[in-house]
Parts: sequence; structure tokens; C-alpha cells
Amino acid sequence: MKEKEIKKETVGNAEEKNRFVREVAQKKYEYGFTTDVQTEIIDRGLDEDVVRLISAKKEEPDWLLEFRLKAFNYWQTQQQPSWGHLTLPEIDYQAISYYADPTKGMKKDGPKSLDEIDPELMKTFDKLGIPLEERLALSGTAVDAVMDSVSVKTTFKEKLSERGIIFCSISEAVREYPDLVRQYLGSVVPYRDNYFAALNSAVFSDGSFVYIPKGVRCPMELSTYFRINARNTGQFERTLIVCDDGGYVSYLEGCTAPMRDENQLHAAIVEIVVNENAEVKYSTVQNWYPGDAEGKGGVLNLVTKRGHLRGANSKLSWTQVETGSAITWKYPSCILSGDNSQAEFYSVAVTNNYQQADTGTKMIHLGRNTKSTIISKGISAGKSQNSYRGLVRVAPRADGARNYSSCDSLLLGSDCGAHTFPYMDVRNDTAIVEHEATTSKISEEQLFYCNQRGIPTEEAVGLIVNGYAKDVINKLPMEFAVEAQKLLNVSLEGTVG
Amino acid sequence: MKSEQQYIDLFTANRSLIDRGGAEIMNACREKALADFARQGFPSQKVERYKYTDVNAAFAPDYGVNLSRLEFAVNPYEAFRCDVPNLSTSLYFVVNDTFWEKSLPTATLPEGVAVCSLRQAAEAFPAQVAECYARLARTEKDSINALNTMLVQDGLFVYVPKGVAVERTIQIVNLLRADVDLMVNRRVLVVLEDGAQARLLFCDHAMDDRDFLTTQVVEVFAGENSNLELYELEETHVKNRRFSNMYVDLQRGSAVSLYNFTLHNGLTRNRTDVTLSGEGAEVGLYGGVIADKEQRVDNNTLIDHRAGHCTSRQLYKYVMDGRSVGAFAGRVLVRHGAQHTVSEERNANLCATSEARMYAQPMLEIYADDVKCSHGSTVGQLNEQALFYMQQRGISREEAQMLLKFAFAGEVIDAIVLEALRDRLRHLVEKRFRGELSRCSGCGLCK
Amino acid sequence: MLEIKDLHACINGKEILKGINLTVNAGEIHALMGQNGAGKSTLSNVLVGNPAYEVTHGSVTFNGKDLLAMKPEERAHEGLFLSFQQPVEIPGVSMVNFMRAAVNAKRKYKGLEPMGAGDFLKMMREKRKIVELDSKLANRSVNEGFSGGEKKRNEIFQMAMLEPTLSILDETDSGLDVDALRIVAEGFNKLRTPETSALVITHYQRLLDYLKPDVVHVLMDGRIVKTGGPDLAVEIEKRGFDWIKAEAEAD
Repeated sequence: MKEKEIKKETVGNAEEKNRFVREVAQKKYEYGFTTDVQTEIIDRGLDEDVVRLISAKKEEPDWLLEFRLKAFNYWQTQQQPSWGHLTLPEIDYQAISYYADPTKGMKKDGPKSLDEIDPELMKTFDKLGIPLEERLALSGTAVDAVMDSVSVKTTFKEKLSERGIIFCSISEAVREYPDLVRQYLGSVVPYRDNYFAALNSAVFSDGSFVYIPKGVRCPMELSTYFRINARNTGQFERTLIVCDDGGYVSYLEGCTAPMRDENQLHAAIVEIVVNENAEVKYSTVQNWYPGDAEGKGGVLNLVTKRGHLRGANSKLSWTQVETGSAITWKYPSCILSGDNSQAEFYSVAVTNNYQQADTGTKMIHLGRNTKSTIISKGISAGKSQNSYRGLVRVAPRADGARNYSSCDSLLLGSDCGAHTFPYMDVRNDTAIVEHEATTSKISEEQLFYCNQRGIPTEEAVGLIVNGYAKDVINKLPMEFAVEAQKLLNVSLEGTVG
Repeated sequence: MKSEQQYIDLFTANRSLIDRGGAEIMNACREKALADFARQGFPSQKVERYKYTDVNAAFAPDYGVNLSRLEFAVNPYEAFRCDVPNLSTSLYFVVNDTFWEKSLPTATLPEGVAVCSLRQAAEAFPAQVAECYARLARTEKDSINALNTMLVQDGLFVYVPKGVAVERTIQIVNLLRADVDLMVNRRVLVVLEDGAQARLLFCDHAMDDRDFLTTQVVEVFAGENSNLELYELEETHVKNRRFSNMYVDLQRGSAVSLYNFTLHNGLTRNRTDVTLSGEGAEVGLYGGVIADKEQRVDNNTLIDHRAGHCTSRQLYKYVMDGRSVGAFAGRVLVRHGAQHTVSEERNANLCATSEARMYAQPMLEIYADDVKCSHGSTVGQLNEQALFYMQQRGISREEAQMLLKFAFAGEVIDAIVLEALRDRLRHLVEKRFRGELSRCSGCGLCK
Repeated sequence: MLEIKDLHACINGKEILKGINLTVNAGEIHALMGQNGAGKSTLSNVLVGNPAYEVTHGSVTFNGKDLLAMKPEERAHEGLFLSFQQPVEIPGVSMVNFMRAAVNAKRKYKGLEPMGAGDFLKMMREKRKIVELDSKLANRSVNEGFSGGEKKRNEIFQMAMLEPTLSILDETDSGLDVDALRIVAEGFNKLRTPETSALVITHYQRLLDYLKPDVVHVLMDGRIVKTGGPDLAVEIEKRGFDWIKAEAEAD
């Protein structure tokens, strides 16, 4: 009799774990509300006229319209890439609206003061924890808030301009600093780069522009907050960051979207130019709506991000915490042209339910003594698929190039997948390139050790996962690190920080 | 003209000739192979598994094909001595695609064991050949398989019945011999029944200063609790192009070790697909590559863990000199339900010149959670400190480099179970690093 | 306090414990000696509920409750603590977070409010002194990069934090030098009260010199074959185990 009970106990432990994994899989998305705001949406569909219409709405100069049209024509000749470890749903590009403006009714040049912003919009960003009133803002962070296709408000603009720093929406930059934008737009990610980059170049709506002049250290974190609200719209943001000689900036990006049954398309481009002795840190906490527990809806996050380390001794680091989106396809990359330049990529990608992520980086070593580091941590739960894909290339003249890559995957539950696809291409006899990867589940020994100390399994999993991701989270600025840790717990469970 | 067409034309024009040279079982597969080949064509370098080898360019030239099965003048015993000292083997020859029958070894194999021509085996062992032929090497998804299946007329059959252990190493020397530029299509079928044990050593050599193009398809069936060691040693010349596809299926409790050394070659493309079908099976893949000049070596592996409690180990080491190009792509796939899988994959490469190029692509694709999988890959150079240390002790820099390269490659050689072969290979590798190849049959190309 | 009756257990289908009977009363220290493979560590793992081990027969009660029916964490909350022979490393999880989770889980079980951050850190500071644990170690990840001795000290530190009523020391002395052994043993003694008991698994007399056990058991092939006073440990130190084996076989 006794024997039976004991046996059940061991089974019970396994059951409990399963239950936990189930619970994890059913966790709710917190940012799924919609905002009821008067929004101007152009008709669905995409043709040359739509491209012209977007450009006209933004009163763009001719060169930009031309750029868009060239990109559009190129896009039409291309096919959606299929090499990712992803099952992309059929995207009907004609069923999407390519421009949605929630600031309709506000002045064309953007709101001059907060009074001009629809109170509903204010409420939305408040609810998301992104107050647009400067006195309430996170200390030391300037924010550009973008909803759907339009930048709603950029804070601390004046304060930054005292040092010559430009931080504004890209639409505004096109109007105010056309020469700068023209010089750099498409210089890192040409419109021919890939299918989604071409699409973005044709229809990009808004995003942020940052210029750090020579020798200036940006005194505060710059941050853009992206929000998709309108139904059946795509978001095609475009961010351009130029950090001139000896400059420094830390830039943060956050994203959320309402819960909708249909997939929402998000195809962004981020371009970063880093000149001599300059340093850029780019951090992302991506929490687009991942779809429901059955895999319905969610954002398709198809993004091209690339930095060009043009100058000697330049530095660029990408840090990303990816917990959202139904599908993530993004490879924040670095072209290390400047001698002695250094690039880093730190990533935590969590997938749950039916989420799919194919993410990683490219490190292209062109300059001498260039150095790159890749740390990737994948966590898969539910029925999700999580892939790391990364390329390290060393060109023949990149003497002394060094790369170290470490990619670990953690599996929670037996229905998910964790994959690692590193590519190494070395053409130099003085380069050293190292890659290592492991895949495992949470160790039974660790769980039991926690249990013996009185920590229940559910909580122990949270602790261990957070510990596992710590190397990456620590790279984030303070406020973001807290946010990221919270997100990690929400995506996987509710545990202590 | 696309290079596919000449093979399609060759096939349609000579269908009856091809059939006459092949066995019925082989002939029965040709139509489908043709359709599959015509549909796929040669893979472009955009195809993931052929990323690093330009197949089209290799197959574009015009080669002779010995469809009428003319006999080539050769006495392999005279022409060739590939004896590994202290290793007495049962020695067989395959000249191009033809099993050399004229003087079979006197040493008898255990009863029931067969080492013979595949064409003849189709008559002597119809059940085994029919069951196994083209079962693993599917033509739908690989056009080299399709082309080989379409044109192949003969090759080798190795059969070890249930419970039989073949003590003596079976050595097969593949000789390429021709007076014209030649394309060879060779087929190998290895069947080990439950509990069988064998050790196979394949040595590839080219005898003539001609362009050779070989397609080889090897299918290996390892029955329950069987044990197989399979060694491949390529020592050909720079005008040789080798496309070898090997498929291995492991049943419950079986253990297979595959070794592949490319010591000297022209262009080599080895595809190795291993399926772990039964629980508790173990597979090891060990590869060593030494390349210089314009040599190209592309090893592409797939380990498919379908059953739980299986183990796979991979170790590939490349030493790339001159303007050589190396590629290693190893994919480990752990299927849903294949719990308690242990998989290790390691690949280390030396680029000794600034013109040598190395591609490395270790991949893990995992759908089961209770697994221990890891891979590591490095590209680097010889340790400068170690070089200096040795120089300080009076060793010349060249000698020191040679010693370090040898130590680097030594790790794979050490994985060889067969002691005499291990010693022999150490010797060959050292010679190779010193710029002397043991014997390349006087083709004059390997100096 | 602890009552083990005819306990049988196996790992991977192999029976290791073949009928253990053992009673530990409040305030007592029991030493458990025996050669490698006798089943000492199996017993400690079974008592704290390691899922790798399967109990096939017998019963264990702890303060009157059925211990075997409880989850590992419930056993911990009830006052059972194991000082692991090989403490597990948990990368990225700081000792502070780990201990806070453990202490508050126990408090929750007892119906108490979670401890405030200030009080908790104060408690950490105080308890750390007991085993002379460096504050730097407390800020590191759980056991990661700790030396063997540091890991063992860290175990006793956790014992101090969690205030168990029955502690099992599984070869806590192995790998310790004389000074570390003294620190660990003295730390343990400081934590002793008339209500707390311990089960000390060891090969050697030297730890017992410090801990002064009340009862000494010898475990052989999954059974307790001899029980005696502190003298028994001294005798084993001198004569080894063979004479006991001979005795047991003669029975």
C-alpha cells in the first residue's frame, strides 16, 4: 500500500512540472489593450500610388520619393526569403494598410505641447509606463513615442539640442536636416539588402533619428517606444543613428502591440553609423504581442538592423531581450571596417506557445585587429521554436581579427525546439574564431537543490532561468534591466526578481 | 547548355547499354532516378547542403563513361601496394566501378560472409540487395544520388550475416584507372545483420594523370547490436573530383564508427547522413583533412536522432594550407521524443596561410528536452608561444610548425581503434606535412 | 523526531538500501559510518526526497508526519536540511536571491509574511559570521566558482539561515583541510540547540572529534550492522571495517 503512494509521489513531481509548464504556456499578455483614438488610415493595398501617397502625406523631398520608388520596384522583383527556420504564414501584402496616423486632428508639425495630444494617446503611453510628460519621465531618459506610422512626441528635445544632439522623428529629420538624412539613409542597409528591407524602404513611416556630433557624450539614455494600435496596419519604422567621431550614445527601444486575432506586420530597419572613436549601445526590449495560446494572431517581426563601425577604435553593442512577437526574424549585425573596432551582440530570446524566433547576428570583420563577441541565450517553452543563426566572416585583410561566440539553449518542456545555426567563414591566417554551443534542459540537480532548500519547483525554474539570462540582462541600462527581468518572469512565470 | 543535359542525353541514348551492364534491381530504379534528376538538376550553391561546393562546375566538363564495360588493362597487385604494415587484411580491389575478380584473396572469410561485386550480389543475394538497394539513398532529394542511381552499373557488396564476427579487416582499394578523362559511378552496399561485426578499410587512389569524376553512393545497414568500423582514406591527385554520399542506418544497440581522412585530393565532397533508428545506438564520425594548393574539401554531415538513448560524437579537424578551401557543415537533428540523447560535435581548423579559406557550420536542431547536446568550432592558427618555445630549444620554425600541425591532426588519428592503421596514418600524415605523399602511383601530380 | 522503519530503496533499479531501521531523538547527534557504496548517501538522498531514488518499502516519520509523502520542499519547510556532498552550482543566481527565495518560501509555509529586504540582509550578515564566509562569496552565484571548502562552508551558512531541526551532513568533512574543518564544525556546533538533531555521514573520526556524536552506526551493504557509542568510531579509526564485516557475517 505504502509502496504505491511513494511511487505516486515521484510521478507527482513530474506532473507538477508539467502543470507548471502548462501554466507558463498560458500566461497572459499584459499590453494587449487597444486605444480608441481617431486614426487616419489609408486604404489597404500597395502599389506605386500608395508609395507616392505616403511620401506626399509626409511632404517629402523628391529624392526621398525616388528612393522609395526604386525600393518599391526592386521589392516587386523579389520573393519573400524562406531560409529561416520559420513557418511564415502567407502574408497578403495587399490586405495591409501602409499608413495609419493616430495624431490626426493634431497639428501637422507634431504637437507643440502636450495639450495638443489626444488624451487617449497620453493615457495609452502612461499605461505602458512611458509617460510623455517630461517631469514624470524616467530620470535621464529622453523618449520618442511612435504609434502606428507616426511619432507622437519626443521628449527632452530642447535639452539635448543645447549640446548639438539631434533626437527627433525621422519625418522631422527629413524636413529639418535633409542633408544629414540623405547622406546616411540607406548607407548601411541598402534597399536591395533583402526583401523586407526593400519593403521598408518603399513604405517606411516613422521612427527615430539621432545625431551625436563630434566629441559629444549624450548625457541621457535616448529611447524610442513603438506601439502598433490600428487594425490591419503594418508598422514600418526606420531608425537612423549617426554617432560622429568620439561621440557616445546609449539608445533603447521598446515595443508592444494590442491583442488582435490577425497577424500584424512589423518590418523595420535600423541603421547605425559609428565613426572614429565613437561608441553606440543599442538595447531592445521587444515585447510585441506574441499571439494567443493557440498561436492565433501576434506580430510578425521581420527586422533588419545593422551597424557600420566605420571609424578606427569605434564600438557598437547590440543587446536584445526578445520575448514577444509570433515570429521574430532579425539579425542585428555589425560591419567592422575601422581598425581596432569592437562589436558585441548579447541576446536573450524567449519563445512560448506557438512563437517562432530565428534570430542572431552577423559580424563582418574587415578592419585589422577587430574584435567581436556574441553571447546568445535561447529559452524555449510550450510548442515554440527558437533558433540562433549567426555569421562570423573574416575578410583576407582583417589581420588579427578575433571572435568569440557562445550560444546556449534551454528547453522547458518536450514539445518545443531549440536550434543553433552558426556560420563561420574565415579567410585570414591570423584570425581566431571560436564558437561553442550547448543545449540542455534545466538540470534536475539544480531543481532538487532548490527544492531541498524549500524553494518550490515553479519558483526554482524562474530563479534558474533568470540566472541563466543574467549575463545579457546585466548589459542593459538599469531601468531596462528591471523591465526585462520582469518580462522574462511574465513570459515564463511569476517569480521573485 | 546546362551541365545536367549531357547526362540526361547520355542516359536516354544509351539506356539499353546501361541496363545490360547493371543488375535488374538497379535497372528498376533508373526511370524514377532520371525523373528526379531532371526535376532537381544539379544543386546551386544556394541550396543549403551544397553551399560550399560548386557542383555545376565539377560536372560541366565532358568525361568518358565506360558504359560498355570495357576492361582496362591493369594488374592492381602489381600496380599498387597499399599495405599497412603489421595489419594483415583481406585485400580486395575495385577498379573504377568494377570489382576485381581475377585474383581474390586466399584468406577465407567466415562462412556466409560476402565481399563481392554488387551486380553479382543481386543474383546471389537477391533478397538482401532488393531490400537494401536505394532504400537509404533517396533520389528525390539529392541529385547526386539520382544521377548515380541513373547511371550506376556496379560496385561493391559487403554482407555479414547474423551473429558473425569478421576478425580480419576487410580492405578495399578503389583504383581510378583510365587513359581518357573518366567519370565513374560506383555503388556500395554494406549489410550487417543483427549482432554482426566487421571492420572495413577503403583506400582511394588514382593511377593515371587524367581528370576523374567519381560519384559514389554508399548505403550501410547496421542491424541490432551490430558493430562496424569503417575507414576511408583518400590519397588521390589534384585532378580528381570525388562526390561521395554515405547513408548509415543504425538499429537498436548498434555501434558504428566512421573515419574519413582526406590526405591528398583535388575536389572532395563527402556527404554523410546517419540515422539513429533504434534505442541505445552509438555513432562516431571522425574526419581529418590536410589540404594545400587549390584543393577543396567539403564534409557535410547529418546525424538524425530518431530514437532515444542514442549517442553521437563528431570530431573533424582541418589543416588548410596554400590556397585550399575547406568546409565543414555538421547538422545534428534530435527529433521529438528522442529523449536522453547525447550529442557532441567538435570541429577545429587551422588556416596556415592568408589565402586558405575555411567555412565552418556546426548546427544543432533539437525537438526533445531531455538531451545533452553541444557543439564547438574554432578557426585559428598555431600557437605562437609554443612555436617560439620550440625555436628557443633549437627546433627550426618549419619543423616546429610541422610538429604542432601534426599534434593538431593527431587528435583525430588517435580516435582510430585499429592500432596498426593508427600508426600507419601517423606516418602518412607526417609525410604529408613534410610535403611527401606516401605513394600516388606515379601520376606526377602530387609533388 | 525521526523514525525510519525497514526502509528499502533503489536507484536505476538497483537496490541499495535493504532494510534500514533508525531512530533519532531531539537533541541527539548520530554518526553514520561505512565504506564507499554502503548506502550512506542513498539514505540521506532518500530522506530529503531526491526523485532519482525510489523507495520500494518501509516508512519514515518525521515529528510524527509521514516524511515520504511530502515533496522535497515540504520536507525542508518541516525542518530537514541536507548538507550536500557535492553542492550544486547554479550560474547567474546570486546567493542573496537564492536564500531570500528559500527563507520566504519557508515563512509562507509557516503562515508568516515575507521578510523585508533590510531585515533579510541583516540576517545574512549575522549568519555569515558563523562560518566566517566572505561577503564577496555571498554576492556570487550559488556555489559557482567556489572552492571545495567554500562550498561546504556555504552549506553550513545556509543551514544557519534556514534553522533546520534535523541536519544531515553528507561527508561534509571530505575535501576540507584542518582549518576549514574546524570552521565548519565550530559553525555547526554554534547552531546546535537542545531541540536540534543531526545525522552525520563520514568516513573519519576527525569530524566526530568536534561534533561528539551520541550514537554511532555502521552501515554495510544497505543495512545497519552495528550500533554503539562514541567509542565505536574510535575503534573503527584504529581497526577499519573488516572486523565488523567479519562479525556481521558470523551472525
